[in-house]
Parts: sequence; structure tokens; C-alpha cells
Amino acid sequence: MSDPKDFVAVLDSDARKTPRRVAFITRRTSPQVRVKDEDRVMTYPEVFFRIVVAIEVMAAALVVTSLLWDAPLEGLADPMHTPNPAKAPWYFLGLQELLHYFPPVVAGVLIPGLVVMALIIIPYFNINVEAEGLWLRDKAKRLRIFGAVVVIFCIFLAIFDVWVALVPTLIVAGFMLLAAQTNSETAHGFRRWLVSKPLSFWIMTWFLFELVVLTAIGTFFRGPGWSWVLPWRG
Amino acid sequence: MANTTGNLVDQVRENRIWRSVFRSGTGESNLHRALFVQQNVFLHLFSIKARKRTLEFSATWYLGALTFGTFLILIITGVLLMLYYHPSVPQAYADMKDLQFVVSSGVFLRNLHRWSAHAMVFLVFAHMFKVFYRGAYRTPREFNWVIGVVLLLVTLLLSYTGYLLPWDQLAFWAVTVGSNIASAVPLMGSKIRFLLLGGTAVNANALLRFYVLHCVILPLAAILFIAVHFWRIRKDGGIYPGEPAGEGSVK
Repeated sequence: MSDPKDFVAVLDSDARKTPRRVAFITRRTSPQVRVKDEDRVMTYPEVFFRIVVAIEVMAAALVVTSLLWDAPLEGLADPMHTPNPAKAPWYFLGLQELLHYFPPVVAGVLIPGLVVMALIIIPYFNINVEAEGLWLRDKAKRLRIFGAVVVIFCIFLAIFDVWVALVPTLIVAGFMLLAAQTNSETAHGFRRWLVSKPLSFWIMTWFLFELVVLTAIGTFFRGPGWSWVLPWRG
Repeated sequence: MANTTGNLVDQVRENRIWRSVFRSGTGESNLHRALFVQQNVFLHLFSIKARKRTLEFSATWYLGALTFGTFLILIITGVLLMLYYHPSVPQAYADMKDLQFVVSSGVFLRNLHRWSAHAMVFLVFAHMFKVFYRGAYRTPREFNWVIGVVLLLVTLLLSYTGYLLPWDQLAFWAVTVGSNIASAVPLMGSKIRFLLLGGTAVNANALLRFYVLHCVILPLAAILFIAVHFWRIRKDGGIYPGEPAGEGSVK
């Protein structure tokens, strides 16, 4: 004999008397359905107050900076006299560093164009929306694809002698392999964190790493004729 | 003393003229606080309430707010700098020297504008990476991310066009290097460069074009997109609160 039921099943066609809710939830693709009640505060004054304080602290820091350090001003612009090296603003020095290796159409048009397009499509690309660890499924197949992509890309960089971009690529690839070798069940701490990271995380981290390294090299380590210099031997 | 001041402020705020402008009136209730936001055309871009969790420093590091803060500083210092600046060759450079030696606090004004500009470029990048690593770009916030990418480009262009205005060697050659990249675009590269510079080289026409872009067109574009960016935060359900604790909290 089965246990007596402690509920009653009712089927009613009158929606006003017996409201029912049917929710369809797809696999981890819709963060907005996972809503729970939580504490809210009034935007005025709580949020505005914090934002104003944050901006004022930063403004004070910028004022102090402006009192201590003067903005650079060189001699009058002279089209007949080219400084060596002629550098772009710091946020374009990563591109200028690439311009040193690749033809202008690649470094100046193709790469920035691809970066902007990649940034725009991020939220529309399913790999970025499903935040699943890269190596949690199809590990063998994904390792083969990963290996092929990294080897081809590194050969490409080596042909153009872009060692400054090759080294960060290899470091990130190393961490990806470390994550692949990690057992998600038994690992702890840093390695457990690594293995939970999706493909989008790895691509963005690689991009951030390259951006910082190339910009730093262009800013600090490039001298006359775009040759290597050490900033502390200025 | 504090009480008298408070009463005085309340009296002003209850005044008929004041009330004709700001309708929320005095009062400590949440209704008044809601009206303060809701009845102001600019503050109305924001929602009336916010999740407490999103106010924690770790949620945003306040990077978006700070980016907006640098933009405000840049508008104020920029307008003041415009009072002392002529976009002509070689007067532009002489104006830099005037800021240095003639104008009261001229050096400070230029310093603050320049360092704030660098800070804004840095903060825009930091804000973008922070939003990415939190996963805050996901549905329903996709389009606001795209607006953010547009604002990144507008910020870079603002900084780049401003770079030429001092008309010193640094400005001239940095912009020459940059504009040469434009000529690498296939088929119409030299035409794009001509359009950008108003000539075949960086000269007085280029300075005027960069000045108009820097002081009129790009700031207007930035203000427009910033307004949409803020408004979309509200429309997309507030600042991204992060993943709910635990996996089983699907409701």
C-alpha cells in the first residue's frame, strides 16, 4: 500500500479561481528569471550620496596630481623636424607596437577593426552567455582544437617576429592547459577557480594581457628608431 | 544652530517659487525621496530604488561613476580652457604659453584637463573589463554593452582630437603617426585621411577640424550616449546584482 497523499490535485478551467504559473527555464541562459526578493534602498539619497563622495575623492586626487605634475609641453610644432621616436598617445602605443611588425593595413585597420567587432558581439555570442567551464565537457575534442589554434597562431606570430605578443599568448595557453589538467571534483583554491572559467574568460584575459604588455612596451621600452631601450637608463 | 539652518533650508524649499521649480517639496518620507528623482528630467534617467547589493564597493568599484566624474571635470575645465584658446596656427601654441605665464592658474587648469583626460581613458577601459568579468553584459543588458563600446570609441576620439590642440611637437607628431594609419584603409584610405585632416598633411585645417570635433561634435555625442547608457541601466533592471547565492535559487 502506498502512503496516503497529503495533497489534493485540482484541475480547474477557471483561471481567476485557480491561478497557475508555468515557467520555462532554459539552461543558464537567462539570468533575469533568477530573481529573488532582496533589500532595496532609495536612489536619493543613498546612491547619489555615495556617487558624489566617490567623484569628490577622485577629483581631489586629480587636483593634487595637477598641482604636483605639469602636463607636457614641447616646442612649437615643426613639420620639418621629426622627433625620434614619434609616438602616438599612450593608449594607441599597443597598436603602434604592432605597426612595427605588421603592414599598416593589418596592424592599423584589420586588428583594431576585429577588436571592436569582437567587443560588440560579446553579449550576442552564446559561448559568452553560458558561463560553463571550458574543460568540463568534450575535453579531448576541445584540447585538440585548442592545440591546433594555439600552434597555428604562434607560428603566425613567429613568422612576423612578434615575440612580445607570443610570450603572453604562451603564458595564457599554459594556464589553460593547467586548468585542463585539473580535476574539477578534487581541486581547491586557485586551480578550482581556473577550471571553472569559460572560454570567453580566457579570450578576454588574453586580450587584456596583450593590451597591457604591448602598451607598456610601446610606452616605456621603445626609443629612437623604435629600438629597445630600458626606461631606467634614460 | 543646525536646527535653525535646517528650518531656513526648509523655508526656502517650501517657498512658492522654489516649489514651482522643484515639486517634490520638503519631507523625509520615501515618497518625497522618490519624487525627488522621478520629477527631475535628468535624475529621471535613474530608477527610484536600487538593490542594496549593487552599492557594495566590490560590485562595481564605482568605475562607471568615476568615469562620469572625469567627464564632468573635463567639461568644466574644457569650457574654461576654450576662453583662452584660438584654434589657429601658430596662435594655439602661443595660447599654451599664455596659460603658462599670463593666465591665473592657467597651468593648473591645463594640468587638470590633461590628467583627467588620461584618467577617463583608463577608467573607461577598467569599467569595461570590470563589467565583462562580472558577466554584467548578459541578457537583458546586451545593448547597453554595445552603447558602452560606442562610448569607449567616443572617449578615445575625444582624447585623440584633444591631443593635437596644444600644437606642440608632441601633439603634431602623435597625430601625424595616428592619421597615417587612416591612410592604410584599403581603397579609400587617402580619402579618409583627407577628410579627417582637411588636407594632405596635419596643418591649420586639421587643427580647426580637430577643434570642432573635440569641443562640439564629440562631446555632444558623448552626452547623448551617456544619457542612453544611464537610462538603459534603469530599463534593464538596475545595476547587475551578480549571481544569486547557491545554484538552487531559481524561482
